Amino acid sequence: MDFWTVMVARFPYFMSLLLKGAVMTVTVAVGALALALVLGLLIALFRMSPSRIVSGFAYVYTEFLRGTPALAQLFVIYFGLPDIGIELKPVEAAIIGLGINGSAYLSEVYRAGIQAIHRGQVEAALSLGMTPLGSMRDIVLPQAIRIMLPPITNFSITLLKDTALVSVVAVPEIMFYARNLVTETFQSMHVYLLAAAIYLAMTIPMSRLVAYLERTRRAWS
Amino acid sequence: MSVERPGPAGQQPLLRIVDLHKRFGELEVLGGIDLDVSRREKVSILGPSGSGKTTLLRCINYLEKPSSGRIYIDGMLIGEKLVNGRSVHLSDRELAKERREIGFVFQRFNLFPHLTALENVTIAPRKVLGQSTEEANDRGRRLLEKVGLGHKLAEYPERLSGGQQQRVAIARVLAMQPKLMLFDEATSALDPELIGEVLKVIRELAEEGHTMILVTHEVQFAGEVSDRIIFMDHGRIIEEGPPRQILGNATQTRTRAFLKKLADR
Repeated sequence: MDFWTVMVARFPYFMSLLLKGAVMTVTVAVGALALALVLGLLIALFRMSPSRIVSGFAYVYTEFLRGTPALAQLFVIYFGLPDIGIELKPVEAAIIGLGINGSAYLSEVYRAGIQAIHRGQVEAALSLGMTPLGSMRDIVLPQAIRIMLPPITNFSITLLKDTALVSVVAVPEIMFYARNLVTETFQSMHVYLLAAAIYLAMTIPMSRLVAYLERTRRAWS
Repeated sequence: MSVERPGPAGQQPLLRIVDLHKRFGELEVLGGIDLDVSRREKVSILGPSGSGKTTLLRCINYLEKPSSGRIYIDGMLIGEKLVNGRSVHLSDRELAKERREIGFVFQRFNLFPHLTALENVTIAPRKVLGQSTEEANDRGRRLLEKVGLGHKLAEYPERLSGGQQQRVAIARVLAMQPKLMLFDEATSALDPELIGEVLKVIRELAEEGHTMILVTHEVQFAGEVSDRIIFMDHGRIIEEGPPRQILGNATQTRTRAFLKKLADR
């Protein structure tokens, strides 16, 4: 049978399973993104803290997580933590692993965004009686977000693709189903191309969003 | 609250600076400043660039932390408090509370670009003083009208001229009803044709009796609105007195040389 005959014949079956996986892919990506967004901001603020200990901790945290493979981190969380009595379900381990890993990258995005805001903005806020925390929340972050949105969206695209990694801890996402289908049908080309197409269908709109954000980020009114 | 050398109510100066020093590494920017400013008094500080004028202003509201010395506003020690006779730095929250009393107008305006003119004026009253949006908007609108910008409430700073931006910045300071207003070369970043509109607003505030300290290069303006002019050089007060004396009959050669240089410009 030629390529297209197989594709047409098997398409509904392949897609039914791969799309099931896609739901899980999105779940893991969204969960990890949420964790990375919150944790990353915290780490960025730590990194800019006047306390050497606090900023030193943040420095080691980001260097360690960016300098080691996400796969190794994932294995430590899923296979290592049970040794000290912490057992996580595959999905939990995946979200926590990718979330922590992503927080190291996002903290640098936050830091660059915050530091791009002119010092005079903070000084004006402080001189009006705002606290450093209040001026960060009401003055700096609302401005920095405009700068940070394109790189954050870019990060989300990378994260979405990186979820393929978590199939190794048995999370039933796209690549997990794809591998099972190949084992079952031996149709590697068909299955993996379809899997790739599903990722692409999700990332293309996101890249368009980045392009849009980059076009509009300079105008305030 | 600790009061050094307390006087009868009303006689205590609004601002008292005692032996203020500021060093940046090896460089001594302020070398022992003593200065009293009374309520409703208008003081202008003149001096060559690098003489420490701006640093002095920034120390008063603790944007720069003094290396040593004390600053009091209305008897309240700024930036520190005395605990068992020892001075301790204030927490962020305590410092923020003290800064409400001191308005600061920046050379480069420092308006918040993501907020409209009205929001720039109302954000601190809402967030810091806890005013309702209606109350803050109502007051903000009146303040912007006062500085001649009642028709620009909804504009973002980037759509305003430099002079208009600085007037919004002044309204923003007024909204906090500070006891003391500091102007750090408020017209230096403006095109010449926009300086007048800002000086007019400052003059009105002076006439209303606001206590203010102006760091400025507008010597003539300083002479007209000030009760006292201070001349600084190399981090010290070289000479001070009523405008007529300083501008017309300075005793120090450095003061005269500086004024002559400005006049020759």
